[in-house]
Amino acid sequence: MTIAVASGKGGTGKTTIATNLAVIASEKYDRVTLLDCDVEEPNSHIFINGEKVNEEIVNVKIPEVDESLCTECGACSDFCQYNAIVSLKGKPVVFKEMCHSCGGCSLVCQPKAIHEVDHRIGVINFYKSGKISLIEGLLDVGSPLSPPLIGAVKKHENKEELNIIDAPPGTSCPVIEAIRDADYIILVTEPTPFGLNDLILAVEVSRKLNKRFAVAINRVGSGDDRVHKYCKKENIPIILEIPDDRKIAELYSNGKIILGNLPEYKKSFEEVLEKIGMVIQNEQ
Amino acid sequence: MNNKPREIVVISGKGGTGKTSISASLAYLSKDCIVADCDVDAADLYLLLNPISIEKHEFYSGHIAKINQEKCIGCSTCKNLCRFDAIKEDSNGKFSVEPTSCEGCKVCVEFCPEKAIDFPDRLCGEWMKSETRVGFMVHAKLGIAAENSGKLVSLIRSEARKLAQEKGKNLIIIDGPPGIGCPVIASITGATDVLVVTEPTISGIHDLERVVSLANHFRIKPYVAINKFDLNLEITEKIEKIAKELKAQVIGKIRYDKLVTQSQIEAKTIVESNIPSAQDIIDMWEKLKAN
Ligand code: SF4
Ligand code: SF4
Ligand code: SF4
Ligand code: SF4
Repeated sequence: MTIAVASGKGGTGKTTIATNLAVIASEKYDRVTLLDCDVEEPNSHIFINGEKVNEEIVNVKIPEVDESLCTECGACSDFCQYNAIVSLKGKPVVFKEMCHSCGGCSLVCQPKAIHEVDHRIGVINFYKSGKISLIEGLLDVGSPLSPPLIGAVKKHENKEELNIIDAPPGTSCPVIEAIRDADYIILVTEPTPFGLNDLILAVEVSRKLNKRFAVAINRVGSGDDRVHKYCKKENIPIILEIPDDRKIAELYSNGKIILGNLPEYKKSFEEVLEKIGMVIQNEQ
Repeated sequence: MNNKPREIVVISGKGGTGKTSISASLAYLSKDCIVADCDVDAADLYLLLNPISIEKHEFYSGHIAKINQEKCIGCSTCKNLCRFDAIKEDSNGKFSVEPTSCEGCKVCVEFCPEKAIDFPDRLCGEWMKSETRVGFMVHAKLGIAAENSGKLVSLIRSEARKLAQEKGKNLIIIDGPPGIGCPVIASITGATDVLVVTEPTISGIHDLERVVSLANHFRIKPYVAINKFDLNLEITEKIEKIAKELKAQVIGKIRYDKLVTQSQIEAKTIVESNIPSAQDIIDMWEKLKAN
């Protein structure tokens, strides 16, 4: 079972919820895999505090031209949809940051002058903390393409057990990549106008991907009730409400999780897992 | 030398640090700028500025593959070649493209032996020019699951520049996207100043390091604003130290202010609401202006 924790924008408490859920789940399951797919700014490791056990470099394939075979025909640069290979005075030059690794240029090159080589875009760090395996993708600075790295992180999903995905914020390519195979999505938001605006977009994405989802509202009491009203009107279950509690903000700022420090919240996290488990079971 | 307008891009390692509230406040204080919302993934600036749209345009970028069922013979060449796993075969042996996965690379189109795949332009969203009480605004609405927010960001910036030229404004304030990925890169390349908004949290430190190194990578001077600095004074101090090491000037410290949410609910910028943190932003603006 895979639960993805997502939000229309960052800073809503996505990582807080993902890490606390992982901790609660580790009391119930033999093994829990937490996949930090927020590869631009992965923060789960701050809260999980595991021991690093492994590391894996992630490469994508980019073209390399063998000049001795190249006839300077320009077919490769004509083909590339992303201007990642450009003919300069006939000679093809590769701009690796823009390459999507589609493989098209090597296919269209008649004299077979193009072969593909590895280009590093980031790294995956493996941490272990009790029964939690944290698998974190970390994008290299200056590398613009996160979806392939997210895809590489997701390959480490443990299909037999429970997986929790800490998804990147937003509604475009990286989020889609992170949540597309999840069984259930928790959309985290805040009870404010910004929160509602971003939630509506996240709901649209989840619906477009045909996913089961529910909303978690963080900092309840800090704003107004428009998010609650919206969920009611749209028939979206609210699976978790975390009050606006300065103690939580302080714990967060010090890199500490809620559970273990504020035991009064334990029950609500347990209920989240239970409810999701039930929904997924009823489906099968 | 030239009269290129100053372009201040407000970014942050993470979302939710107050980037939008701060950009809107700066725009309000400047009284005379073009404001642009480049956080196209979560465009929230309009909620504070109440723009009245004067122009609307569709935004097309790239293409999308579409299989013509009448011509397709089910040879599965396309499925084997697509590296993005965007082509699905259903139980009846019918092939189709899953639009949210297609990257528009054209490989399938090129190699389909029956020429059965169309490649129409992809509608990715719309962008607008508007009038607001702080001046003209350029903003956009990205389509759901649309790719290429980087290109849309570049478009908004170039439209903002054009508008600045037209209206004779020498300042552009940009609410940038969070993170360090392709939209951020598109929002800061060629900008004059970057203002990094951060918060005093452990993750805030991490994010700051990454964002500042990104700005350095593109040789743009980064300023740092610490929002809610009094939430954790110890970490605020650490951030100031790290910023110094990274040669980024801490130009503002804004106190934790519960009333910010209230002014958001009233659709006002912080500086329009008479709340404690407004003064901190005014101080920061004065310094920013002088630099
Ligand atoms: S398609 Fe092949 S031969 Fe033609 S320019 Fe490109 S690399 Fe050279
Ligand atoms: S692999 Fe695809 S994206 Fe990369 S250069 Fe070749 S054609 Fe362009
Ligand atoms: S390559 Fe063309 S003919 Fe073959 S399955 Fe794909 S669309 Fe159909
Ligand atoms: S255009 Fe590229 S990504 Fe889209 S379906 Fe064809 S091969 Fe796949």
